[in-house]
Amino acid sequence: MAPRAHYPPPQPLPDPRLSPLQWASAGTRWAAASGTWRCGSTPTSTRSGGDGPDIYKGKICSLKARALLIDMEEGVVNEILQGPLRDVFDSKQLITDVSGSGNNWAVGHKLYGSQYRENIVEKLRKAAEHCECLQCFFIIHSMGGGTGSGLGTFVLKLLEDEFPEVYRFVTSVYPSGEDDVITSPYNSVLAMKELNEHADCVLPIENESLFDIVNKIHQMANSGKLGSTVKQNSLITSSAGSAKTAQEKPFDAMNNILANLLLNLTSSARFEGSLNMDLNEITMNLVPFPRLHYLVSSLTPLYTLADVNVPSRRLDQMFSDAFSRDHQLIQADPKHSLYLACALLVRGNVQVSDLRRNIERLKPSLHFVSWNQEGWKTGLCSVPPVGHSHSLLALANNTCVKPTFIELKDRFMKLYKKKVQLIIITSVATNHEYLALLKQILVSQRSCLKVTAQDFCLCYLKKSFQWLLLKKGNLLIDLYIPGYILIVFSSELVSDRSAYQLEMD
Amino acid sequence: MSIVTVQLGQCGNQIGHEVFNTICSDVRDTHGLCSKKENESYRDASKERFFCEEQSEVPVARAVLIDMEPKVISQTLSLAARSGYWKYDDGSHFSQKQGSGNNWANGYSVHGPRHKEVIMDLVQKEAEKCDRLAGFFTIMSMAGGTGSGLGAFVTQCLRDAFPTSFLLNHVIWPYSTGEVIVQNYNSVLTLSHLYKSADALLVHENDVVHKICAQLMNIKQISFKDINQVIAHQLGSVFQPTYTAEGGLHYSRNPLGDLMETLVPHPEFKMLGLRNIPQMPENSLAYSTFSWPGLIKHLRQMLIANAKMEEGIDWQVQPPRLGSSIPSSHSTNKPLHFNTSIANLVILRGKDMHSVDLGSFQDPSLYTSWLNPKDAFHSWKTLRAFNKYEKSASLVSNSQFLLKPLDNVVGKAWNMFASKAYIHQYTKFGIEEEDFLDSFTALEQVISSYSSL
Repeated sequence: MAPRAHYPPPQPLPDPRLSPLQWASAGTRWAAASGTWRCGSTPTSTRSGGDGPDIYKGKICSLKARALLIDMEEGVVNEILQGPLRDVFDSKQLITDVSGSGNNWAVGHKLYGSQYRENIVEKLRKAAEHCECLQCFFIIHSMGGGTGSGLGTFVLKLLEDEFPEVYRFVTSVYPSGEDDVITSPYNSVLAMKELNEHADCVLPIENESLFDIVNKIHQMANSGKLGSTVKQNSLITSSAGSAKTAQEKPFDAMNNILANLLLNLTSSARFEGSLNMDLNEITMNLVPFPRLHYLVSSLTPLYTLADVNVPSRRLDQMFSDAFSRDHQLIQADPKHSLYLACALLVRGNVQVSDLRRNIERLKPSLHFVSWNQEGWKTGLCSVPPVGHSHSLLALANNTCVKPTFIELKDRFMKLYKKKVQLIIITSVATNHEYLALLKQILVSQRSCLKVTAQDFCLCYLKKSFQWLLLKKGNLLIDLYIPGYILIVFSSELVSDRSAYQLEMD
Repeated sequence: MSIVTVQLGQCGNQIGHEVFNTICSDVRDTHGLCSKKENESYRDASKERFFCEEQSEVPVARAVLIDMEPKVISQTLSLAARSGYWKYDDGSHFSQKQGSGNNWANGYSVHGPRHKEVIMDLVQKEAEKCDRLAGFFTIMSMAGGTGSGLGAFVTQCLRDAFPTSFLLNHVIWPYSTGEVIVQNYNSVLTLSHLYKSADALLVHENDVVHKICAQLMNIKQISFKDINQVIAHQLGSVFQPTYTAEGGLHYSRNPLGDLMETLVPHPEFKMLGLRNIPQMPENSLAYSTFSWPGLIKHLRQMLIANAKMEEGIDWQVQPPRLGSSIPSSHSTNKPLHFNTSIANLVILRGKDMHSVDLGSFQDPSLYTSWLNPKDAFHSWKTLRAFNKYEKSASLVSNSQFLLKPLDNVVGKAWNMFASKAYIHQYTKFGIEEEDFLDSFTALEQVISSYSSL
């Protein structure tokens, strides 16, 4: 049963200018705590492993990613270590377990949190010690699962305690409506609470949006409508570069959008520009009130233009696109919602007059909150992404995030109201205690839920994705299971039983 | 006498670099359309003012570069060194790794106190290099965090450390929209603090300079470099050597002192604006001729109609007739936007400037009633042409010109303050709501003083 919010690591970036190498040599240092969720993490920065950064035949040799890869199972991380980016990571940067978090926020947050706390802190400290000036942590995780959302938000809290001065930017992948993790609304809502309190800035991302964007690019590239002006492979989705492996995984294109988001976000700190915009300026300008720190992002242009001498119309199109529904990284329409603030991070051959013209042009069609009618923040970085003559990342603090959150809440309430009770056992010492507790729960639940003898509870044992039926008085529980299980009591689930059984395969 | 320039933040450092570039290229001009002797004494005076020539071959700018972030300073230093005509002192810059993040409070309350000693040491060293120190010229923007916050702090420190030196702050007024979202907060805090410690504030508005680039300089794709060059040209036209009326045959010794003495007769009024005429693309210069009366006529109308450039001047605006108490008593449909001055200074550079009649600037109706027009108007002149312009005239004016922008900034900041937006970012670094209120009060006072002229 594979949740859809899978993010294998993004492909290595093809050009040295964009490669993590430059992130280090540009003199600005980050540490990245990548709370990997069910799958994968993104290296966001590197540190020099030797005397200096070194590139040999387009491959990074002596650099190590300034990243911490955390997953409570081994598959994905192992894949990374065998993949093209293996030289960038070493085993000191990994924290893995074998049993996973079973799509249970509490397991990730409470159990693994306390279990791995020391280990995580130590590794973070080590990474931080290598930084001349630690500015920001990027946390990349998903909201629906157990490790990313639970342990991820635990790490977030940990970072606040250990490095209170350092900014915490979180890139959160929100579950979609058809998410196949039953518990994802619970996990997401629990994680949201942590994000509200401990993050400086959250960039919500939705899989559906990424998927649509990838499709759109493929359509554009294949339709031939734009003729020779569009290269077949857009940089945002493809990584036509040195370290690319033969087979491209389905999520690679989507992950690359995310990678580009982070690259553009940090471009001004890495390269020169006539109007710098550091990471701390993002929170300063876009977060008017401490908890309203959810920023909707959009990237343009999505395809690489072959013609470098861009006519002005196309440049203006880039600005218009950034505000269109199709280019947002969540399912939202900022144009018809209220802006609290908006930032434009421009890269490449764009001058202040282009910026001003476009702001003037777009302003009438956008609604800004009364006390911030001129809520625009701009940054100009002179180095464009590879293959582009210019690019734009728009960050909006906009009320259009509301539908995403409301939908999440509705799904949460639906589950909650249906009396699908989730009993989350977070600390069990021995199997004996565990069985006793389980019995106790069964008894108490029966009394309050009027569970009949035919009712059953589903034990969702995460590691092997096995579903065990628990019948009254006949507990079919393997005594060697770890002490953490998620039990779903419900009479309504009976009818779904066959469905679940199908998924077991 | 020498001026020590203090460049603060990205904006300050970029503009400072352009200023020294402009001055240097102006001085290198061998003939300057005047006699050789004249040109030499002009060059010596200018060099003494802005550069020191110790052991090195090229002049070294008398400047201290400060930023909380390394990229801009390293770029500025290498650009200057590469020019081959001048450079910055290798030891007189200070930068950190992480910028102030557009947060005034971060610059003022965190970076300022933390780095005070290093910065003041640099300034002290630079000041000691001067045989005679005229004062400090601080270049900064109001919108960001380092220029504005740290700038306000450093200005205070300068005031404490050099109580008798002149402090002129060159302040870049941000675009009315689209630069920094908290720019109005930062501006209010900056202006109110500078008003306490600086002797005068010389203001350039980005919007105005942008317009000059578009309409006069005919630049299609305007970059910050273009904008900074226009600003540098205007600053150069004021600070390059001239003869004052009293100075006789020598170039003025004390540019900052003379400027303050001329333009700031009252500590409540210290906002200075700068206009320059003519301005055009370099390749059109050869085909243009100017007459002094024409230039002066334009410049005067720019002053009274508060036009920032020679295009689009409202010629309808006339000074109020003396005796009539209300300026708008004329029977025109348009309300009069007459710009009342406290004091003006006209600087003429180029040939035949002795014959120029500046009587129109001495009209008492231009000025406030409590100052004698003779004291309110001054002119500086030199035969030496400036920066390839055969004739050029600059006007530095202490007038109501900034009333509207100031009122706008305070109004917008107040609007935001009323909803308490972004305040938490400032309290995080120790700037409380009360500090905001004090700043608002201080600026309201300035506004009311200027409007009652």
